[in-house]
Amino acid sequence: MTDARPVEPRHPFVEMTITRLLILVREPEMIFWVFIFPLLMALALGIAFRSPSETPVAVAVEPGPGAAALVEVLSAQESVEVVSIDAGATGAALRDGLAHVVVAPGDPPTYRYDPTRPESRLARQTVDDLLQRAAGRKDVWAGRNETVIAPGSRYIDWLIPGLLGMNIMGTGMWGIGFTLVVQRTRKLLKRLIATPMRRHQYLAAFVTARLVLLALELVALIGFARLMFDVPIEGSLVSLAAVSLLGAMTFGGIGLLTASRAQTIEGVSGIMNVVMAPMWICSGVFFASSNFPDAMQPFIQALPLTALNDALRGVMLDGNGLLANGPELLVLAAWGAGSFGVALRIFRWR
Amino acid sequence: MADPAEPALSCAGVIKRYGDVLAVDGLDLEVRRGECFGLLGPNGAGKTTTIEILEGLLAPDAGRVRILGRAWGENDDALRARLGIHLQETQMDEKLSVLETLRLFRSFYPRGRSVDGVLGLLELDGKRASWVGKLSGGQRQRLAVGCALVGDPDLLFLDEPTTGLDPQSRRQLWALLQRYRAEGGTILLTTHYMDEAHVLCDRVAIVDRGRIVTQGSPDELILSIGAPHIVELAFAGREAAGSDHLQERIAALPDVDTVRADVSSESWTVTATALHRTLPALVRVAAEAGVEIETLATRTATLEDVFVALTGHQLRDD
Ligand SMILES: Nc1ncnc2c1ncn2[C@@H]1O[C@H](COP(=O)(O)OP(=O)(O)OP(=O)(O)O)[C@@H](O)[C@H]1O
Ligand SMILES: [Mg+2]
Repeated sequence: MTDARPVEPRHPFVEMTITRLLILVREPEMIFWVFIFPLLMALALGIAFRSPSETPVAVAVEPGPGAAALVEVLSAQESVEVVSIDAGATGAALRDGLAHVVVAPGDPPTYRYDPTRPESRLARQTVDDLLQRAAGRKDVWAGRNETVIAPGSRYIDWLIPGLLGMNIMGTGMWGIGFTLVVQRTRKLLKRLIATPMRRHQYLAAFVTARLVLLALELVALIGFARLMFDVPIEGSLVSLAAVSLLGAMTFGGIGLLTASRAQTIEGVSGIMNVVMAPMWICSGVFFASSNFPDAMQPFIQALPLTALNDALRGVMLDGNGLLANGPELLVLAAWGAGSFGVALRIFRWR
Repeated sequence: MADPAEPALSCAGVIKRYGDVLAVDGLDLEVRRGECFGLLGPNGAGKTTTIEILEGLLAPDAGRVRILGRAWGENDDALRARLGIHLQETQMDEKLSVLETLRLFRSFYPRGRSVDGVLGLLELDGKRASWVGKLSGGQRQRLAVGCALVGDPDLLFLDEPTTGLDPQSRRQLWALLQRYRAEGGTILLTTHYMDEAHVLCDRVAIVDRGRIVTQGSPDELILSIGAPHIVELAFAGREAAGSDHLQERIAALPDVDTVRADVSSESWTVTATALHRTLPALVRVAAEAGVEIETLATRTATLEDVFVALTGHQLRDD
């Protein structure tokens, strides 16, 4: 804005939405948590959990008579990588993933491995086959191989919708709930209702600003995931946007509800953590919610973040349209409508 | 427009209770159009509670309130459009600029002043692009008052607008309010600065423990305590000064109205109607009693003295 131009009045809704957005973008922490943090998380997890086939089997050979021969056989194979470990460090090497299996020479050799780890079991199998063949075993036949890598089957493909869901939850809750409580503690809400401002316009401006932010969030995270990891979007972008929008509204409503009466920042932070923590763990952000016992499933499926994550995965991985995700969207809408309704009823402006 | 003879604001029998605390205890008030009315009182007197009830932000337990000829609950938005409100403890968003804050508040009012005009009035033109978080205390207070003025109100409520400001900032704000007055505005303000009330207010009400102790123009009130002069004196040596005998003798002197010793009996306050007779007599009585006067000062009475005379305690602790 230049100094010379006279300041023209604008519609209060426009004015409120603009000031909300200005406050949001002038908060460096907000930029970090909304935009940078999810990208860092995707990057770190995407690299850490590359698919096992991309990494060779790591095998170590303990010293002893015949060790050199074993090393020679194994080193010749492309699918294994021979690593050296310190004498007596077998347990530590297995635990830390330096070696997936450790071979002790002998007749027959001994395989030391951790059967609770899939990569360790796989390594034992691979090394055993190689050594038996080298010792003269004849395979009865060699099956033909046909490799099928289903699109979207990598961990990162599965992870990105979960991160998106988590981010939509976080920004909705913090962006709306936290800001409202700050304004309440600063007596700004009371000051605002001392003007002829329309209260519903004020809350609507909050939601609108939130949606603008959502659009940017979506573009940043999905764009990054496509460029960096080539994560697929099987369904339509419109469906993706619609599911995200519903999710943002729902968590905006829940944020509003958590903030509707809280009088202190500490109070609202506590409530938000209590509300969000179970969903971080149970709703399938980092690992599938099906890992939890059946008895917990009805509860987990009813959580809004579970519904949002399932719907996002449905669109991104299975190519679902909105109808195919009907039950999830209904769960979301019910949470959203319920919490908005209660929040508006009990909201405290002072 | 309502009947111009009708007061800008009136309330009767207002009561507000917080648990055991009776914050407002049956308060009656009337503010005329175009006047500046001050509510004076110590901390916890019930000023904020009263003004927030009048502003329609707090519901009274009992009593009747009329603002610009209307009651709260009839058409609040229309009424709010004609009021300007400054709360005691609002902190504006720190990440908005002065201009953005004023624009926001201006947008709430169907008609009002131009934002540029208010910036000029506040003398904040040079700060229009600064964030609120970077303003000085005085600039923030001016901005808060500006947000109350931007809707061009008929009636302005100010709750302690100058608390915590340095003398220069206070005078700057006073000038601003006097300009608003000159344009025909009505003001109800609270303060615990008596000089502020004296400069700004046509009439004041002194409030203590939720009740109005007295009201009138500042000069009237000072005259009403009957003794326009105050003598403050201190004696050397406590034992002499502590004597009730001495206090009685001073009280009996010609033209002396009241004698009050502070808790430690070290400094005394004497109110008098005619200094030229009181002072020589006072010095003589002290000499006869064999006590030495350490310091003696005189001044004319202020609203502060009115408060002390009527309630028996000090207005402020400092
Ligand atoms: N929300 C509240 N809950 C309980 N008691 C309250 C509340 N607000 C005010 N009070 C009490 O009511 C009384 C009057 O308070 P009020 O804020 O009106 O005083 P005040 O004259 O504005 O004081 P100050 O000069 O300190 O601003 C005080 O005793 C206060 O403790
Ligand atoms: Mg107060």
